Amino acid sequence: MTAELTCREAIAQAIADELAADPDVIFFGEDVAAAGGVFKSSVGLFERFGPERVRDTPISEQAIVGTAIGAAMMGLRPIAEIMFADFAGVCFDQLANQLAKYRYLTGGQACLPVTVRMANGAGAGFAAQHSQATENWFLGVPGLKIAVPGTVEDCYGLLRAAVRDDNPVLVFEHKNLLGLKGFVKEGPYRLGEACVVRRGGDVTVVATQQMRHRALEAAQLLTREGIETEVIDPRTLVPFDDQAVAESLAKTARLLVVQEGPPGGGWGASLIARMTSDHFDCFDVAPKLLASAETPVPYAAALEQAWMPRCQDVVGAARELVTA
Amino acid sequence: MNRTSSETMTARPDDFDPDKPLPADWRQLLRSMLCIRCFEDQVKALFGSGLVRGSTHLCQGQEAVSVGVCSLLTPGDAMTCTYRGHGHVLAAGAAMDASFAEILGREGGLCKGKGGSMHLADFEKGIIGSNAVVGAQLPISVGAGLAAKHKRTGKVSLAFTGDGSTNIGAFHEAMNLAAVWRLPVVVVVENNHYGEYSPLAATTSVTSLSSRAAAYGIPGVLVDGNDLLAVRKVAEEAISRARADEGPTLIEADTYRHEGHSRSDPAKYRPDGELELWLARDPIPRFEAVVRAAGAATSQDLELLRDAVDTEVKSALERAKSWPEPPVERLYEDVYR
Repeated sequence: MTAELTCREAIAQAIADELAADPDVIFFGEDVAAAGGVFKSSVGLFERFGPERVRDTPISEQAIVGTAIGAAMMGLRPIAEIMFADFAGVCFDQLANQLAKYRYLTGGQACLPVTVRMANGAGAGFAAQHSQATENWFLGVPGLKIAVPGTVEDCYGLLRAAVRDDNPVLVFEHKNLLGLKGFVKEGPYRLGEACVVRRGGDVTVVATQQMRHRALEAAQLLTREGIETEVIDPRTLVPFDDQAVAESLAKTARLLVVQEGPPGGGWGASLIARMTSDHFDCFDVAPKLLASAETPVPYAAALEQAWMPRCQDVVGAARELVTA
Repeated sequence: MNRTSSETMTARPDDFDPDKPLPADWRQLLRSMLCIRCFEDQVKALFGSGLVRGSTHLCQGQEAVSVGVCSLLTPGDAMTCTYRGHGHVLAAGAAMDASFAEILGREGGLCKGKGGSMHLADFEKGIIGSNAVVGAQLPISVGAGLAAKHKRTGKVSLAFTGDGSTNIGAFHEAMNLAAVWRLPVVVVVENNHYGEYSPLAATTSVTSLSSRAAAYGIPGVLVDGNDLLAVRKVAEEAISRARADEGPTLIEADTYRHEGHSRSDPAKYRPDGELELWLARDPIPRFEAVVRAAGAATSQDLELLRDAVDTEVKSALERAKSWPEPPVERLYEDVYR
C-alpha cells in the first residue's frame, strides 16, 4: 500500500482486493472485463480473476442493476458498474424502486449487499447527458447509501467499505479526478465519516469531489487575505456526518457549501436546512450555497467552466461571509 | 366457492391420458388450486368490506399455472412473480394466515405489513418477491439465476410475468442477459389476454408471446395454462434444462383472469360471452374431471376436499384478522440493515 496510485488505479485495486478476499464478490458492467473499463478503472481484473467473476454485460442498465439485486438476495456480493452516472436515468426503477426499497417492502427479509459504481460529474467536455453529478437524484430515496469519494484514499477506502456493507451503496467516482494521484491507506474503512481536509477558524467550507479540491485551492488563496478556512469533505452523503460540520460551525460561525450541480433539491441545500434548524444559534451570518447554474451542463469549454463553481467563486463567497 | 361445478364438466380428450397415471401428488395439486381460488374469493370480499387498503389484483382462473410450475420447486430455488401474485406465493408454500395478514396490513404478515397485496414475499420458501412494477422482477430473477450458476448449486430461478410485461424494456434486457450468460432461469408468461384494461392485440405486435424467445435464441413453448398437467410437463422440461446448465426457457401459458385487472375494474371491456367461454375451461373443474376419469376420487371425495379447503382458508383468515396492526415504532425499521 505504499506506491502512489491514480484514482482509477485505486478503484481497480479496491475491486481486486475484494475479489481476492471474498469468493462471493463478483463484478460486472459494460466493457469492464476484456476492455478494462472505458475509464480504465478495472484494468487487469479480468485477466486475474477470470470471466466468471469479472463479466462484461450487454448495454442493459436495468438488467445490470436488477441482476445485482437478485444475485445479492441469493448470497453474492455484487459490484455493478453503470458507466456514466447519467445512465442511472435508464435504470432509475431498479435503483429507486427496487434496490432502495426491497428490504423495507419485504419486512427486512432481503439483504442487499450491492455496490453500484458510476462515473460522475462535469469538466471533461462530455455535454449534458454524460456530465451530471447525479448523486442528488437519490437523496429523496431512503434505503440507499451514497458515497462521493474525491481522493485516491477515498476512492479505495469508500469502495471497500461499500462492498463490505450489507446495504445498497451507490459510489460516484468523479471522472475528472480519475487521473489524480495519491496514496491509499490502511483500513478500517467506514461510510459516514467526514474528513476535515484543512483546519481554519474563520469559515467552514463543505465540498465534495472536484469542489473539494477547488475549496482547498481557494483556502490557500484566502490565507493571503488573513482568512483561515476549514474545509470539510463529508465523503458520504448518506449517511451524512452532520456532527463534523456542526463542530466546525461552532468554531467558525460561518458556513459555505460548494456543490457541483444545480442548487435545487441537493445535498447542499439539505445540509444548510439541517444546520440552520439544528444549530441556528451558531450562525453569525446567513449560510451560503454556491452551486452550478440551473441549466444542463454545456459542451463548450468556456461555458462548462462557467457552469460550475470555480476557485475564484469560492474565494469570493467565503470572503463575503467573513466580511459580512 | 365461486366456480363452475365439476359435475357439469367432463375431461377434455387431451386432458386425460388413460395410459398415463395421475401424478402421485394429484391431491396436493388440486388442494393447492382450491386454496388459491378460495383465498382470492375471500380477498375480494375483504376489499368489498373495506378491510384492505390500496388495490389488489386477483388471479381466479389462473391457478393451474402457478400450481403446476411451483409444484416442481425444491428448497434453494428462487421465485419472483407479479402484483397478481397471491396464487404464486401460496403455490410456493407461503402460509395462508401470514399471507392474509400481509394483505390486511398486520404485524404478523409475511412482510410485517410493510408490503401489502402487491409485495408478498417469503424468503425461507424461496419466494424472493412479488413485484408491483411491471417486468421489474425479471432482471432480479436473472440475478438469482446468476447466483445459482456462480455457486453451482443446480438451483433454478423462476419468474412469473404477465403478457403486458413482454412490451417493457426490462423484459427484453432480462431475457437477453439470461440467454447470453446461459443462466438457469425459467420465465413463465401468463397470457391472460389483457394488459391491465387493454386487449393484447391492441398493444402487442405479435399474437404468439412464446415466439419472442426466438429473438434471444432460447426455447419458447406455448402451453394451455388451464391444463394443470400440461403446464407441469412443459415446466418440468424447462426446469430440467435449467438445472442441467442448458440455459433459460420462455413459457407462454394461455389463461384468463375471471376478475378485472384490479378491484376498481369491472372488466366491461370484455366482449359478451368471453368470460363464459373461459369459465367453461376453468382449470379446477377440468382437473377434477381428470381425477374422476382416472378413478382416483369420486365426486363426493372431491366435495369433501373442497369443504375442507374452505374451512381451512376461512380459519386462516380469522387468525389473520385477530392479529394486531404493527406498532408505529416499526415505521423506521428495515430501511437499512
